[in-house]
Amino acid sequence: MLRRLHPDQPATFAFSPANLAWAQAQIAKYPAGRQASAVIPLLWRAQEQEGWLTRAAIEHVAEMLGMARIRALEVATFYFMFQLAPVGSVAHVQVCGTTSCMICGAEALVEVCRRRIAPEPHMLSADGRLSWEEVECLGACANAPMAQIGKDYYEDLTAERFEWLLDEFLAGRVPTPGPQGGRHASEPAGGRTTLKQFADSHDGGNASVALARALGDTVRRIDGTERPRPAAPAAPAAAPPAARPVALAAARPGGPDDLTAIRGVGPKLSALLHSLGFFHFDQIAAWTPTEIAWVDEHLEGFKGRVSRDGWVEQARALAAAGPRHPSGEG
Amino acid sequence: MLKDEDRIFTNLYGFHDRSLAGARVRGHWDGTAGLIARGRDAIVDEIKKSGLRGRGGAGFPTGLKWSFMPKEGDGRPAYLVVNADESEPGTCKDREIMRHDPHTLVEGCLVAGFAMGAHTAYIYIRGEYIREREALQIAIDEAYEAGLLGRNAAGSGWDFDLYLHHGAGAYICGEETALLESLEGKKGMPRMKPPFPAGAGLYGCPTTVNNVESIAVVPTILRRGAEWFAGFGRPNNTGTKVFAISGHVNRPCVVEEAMSIPLRELLDRHCGGVRGGWANLKAVIPGGSSVPLLPAHLCDDAIMDFDWLREQKSGLGTAAVIVMDRSTDVIRAIWRLSKFYKHESCGQCTPCREGTGWMMRVMDRLVRGEAEVEEIDMLLDVSRQVEGHTICALGDAAAWPIQGLIRHFRGEIEERIRAARRGTLTAVAAE
Repeated sequence: MLRRLHPDQPATFAFSPANLAWAQAQIAKYPAGRQASAVIPLLWRAQEQEGWLTRAAIEHVAEMLGMARIRALEVATFYFMFQLAPVGSVAHVQVCGTTSCMICGAEALVEVCRRRIAPEPHMLSADGRLSWEEVECLGACANAPMAQIGKDYYEDLTAERFEWLLDEFLAGRVPTPGPQGGRHASEPAGGRTTLKQFADSHDGGNASVALARALGDTVRRIDGTERPRPAAPAAPAAAPPAARPVALAAARPGGPDDLTAIRGVGPKLSALLHSLGFFHFDQIAAWTPTEIAWVDEHLEGFKGRVSRDGWVEQARALAAAGPRHPSGEG
Repeated sequence: MLKDEDRIFTNLYGFHDRSLAGARVRGHWDGTAGLIARGRDAIVDEIKKSGLRGRGGAGFPTGLKWSFMPKEGDGRPAYLVVNADESEPGTCKDREIMRHDPHTLVEGCLVAGFAMGAHTAYIYIRGEYIREREALQIAIDEAYEAGLLGRNAAGSGWDFDLYLHHGAGAYICGEETALLESLEGKKGMPRMKPPFPAGAGLYGCPTTVNNVESIAVVPTILRRGAEWFAGFGRPNNTGTKVFAISGHVNRPCVVEEAMSIPLRELLDRHCGGVRGGWANLKAVIPGGSSVPLLPAHLCDDAIMDFDWLREQKSGLGTAAVIVMDRSTDVIRAIWRLSKFYKHESCGQCTPCREGTGWMMRVMDRLVRGEAEVEEIDMLLDVSRQVEGHTICALGDAAAWPIQGLIRHFRGEIEERIRAARRGTLTAVAAE
């Protein structure tokens, strides 16, 4: 397949500072003198930064790696993930068309692309926001048919669902990736036939979905600042920034509110909250996200309860309803 | 049926904790230093005894492959390279291992790396698997933080570094020497062999390239013993295997089962059977796009292992089962594979570069019935001239699906040509 550089090229390319730091860390993965090994990751990151792979970027990467320009150009034109022409500003849609997907309905998805995006692949839509191509097997065959939109796989598609996804992207939203028909990953639909022995501990979706959710805007170009967090529970490094809320030495005159009115707070938690200096609904109602994180972390034996049970919203409602005391009066 | 306690990939679907802590709860990273303390020869022997054959398609005995690595260093470093460039159409098994049970692979890299004298390993993952790459990188970072990789990895006394590298969308990079070229920063064009990678591979150093699944099963085999692993499947076809079933079954899925499971049991038990019932089956591609298909009448007694499928002139390949029911235009399904191989030919060898395009164009006419009956034999002849006449196996892989189609569905191709001539070709067949 003939792949040429685009006729209209920008004059220069430079990595963003974060991407440059990332690129240097990539080069360090390979032995001294073998830095050319990093050419694919660097070209791909350059493409992520710009949206497509420009001549200036190819030459810049060649220079960084001490490669002849022609060697980097060969790589850029050989590998199909390198987009040598501008793609849709919102997303480039890649529909898998190989046999497993084809016999499960991929051709209907291609028809949607032709109708909704552009009549031919690699053409920009009229508003420039989308582009599409049919790609070869993307390796999600048990979830056929599927498409990669931006960096994520959208699986178990129907033509209707696919069209809905495009509408969502055009409306500025980022729909949740992964299987669109209710499956978690590649287990048999309707229930597993194997592997039921451990308690399920993930409702945040399969690993790909969880990572995409942690990032939020997944079609955004990678500029080096994203920090996908492991969705796993045991990841102290992933804890959000925390700040201690203002505490009181004792309850205000009139006595503490009955904190057990908050669903999920019993006598033990109530005492624990008192020991941390929290006595009143309005205190809890005023916690910011970073403060919630601090309290979540400091509820020994009850970590995470504030956010899990939505204490702040509850406390707001209770504070608005007026003070309540353990005596039940007032 | 394989019992859950005998499954190696206990988090294949990602319902459970995917972190290091979760992997440890499920028994991974347990006594890794002790496994390594057994010594290089003992590990290779145990893997040989287990009968593990490479899970990437060729089915070469894994232990034997490792034993080709030089015992005495000559100053060059040795490398383990894990082939995670899962691109064979129909195949989606390594993806589940890497995103949901990544620590099986990370631990396997350490043990296998030690067994071949490698202090460094690279995992080459396909470029499109972006989230899978992130998930695997998180697992690698966790392992470094916990001292399971790096200097004195897992307290074993062996220094071991593991790096994740990615490609950019070229099927050919799944071929081991093309993968090495790509990892060196070049176009993914396969190398002539010999020299084999064990003699001169990555950067001209001794290298072993293994599939993700082949490496990820190693620690469990060592912990539970070669006899345990060899207890599944038929002789010479042992172990458990991750199957990926796609196409016209009621519930497509990825599932780990015992090797040598009958095809029908695999489909009925895990996939809810063929869409419309077993009698509605037309053909099955049993091992990814590169292997010839099996027509329905051979599927009744089909056994999913290397030897049985080879006897039927097909193959287990990557154990990616593509099921086609009677509504399928099987000529068109194979035409699509021809298009795939034409797209993915690297262009280095003339028979493949020219032959894949030529075969695709003839297939294109066969789909529409616009051909002479004699051209079927001409196509077969050309496919034989591509097969075996190229540096790598992509030429073979492009030829075999067509040969399988002609072997089993020649009547259907001829009928379509006659129907086109009569002008009675139905819209469905011609679409």
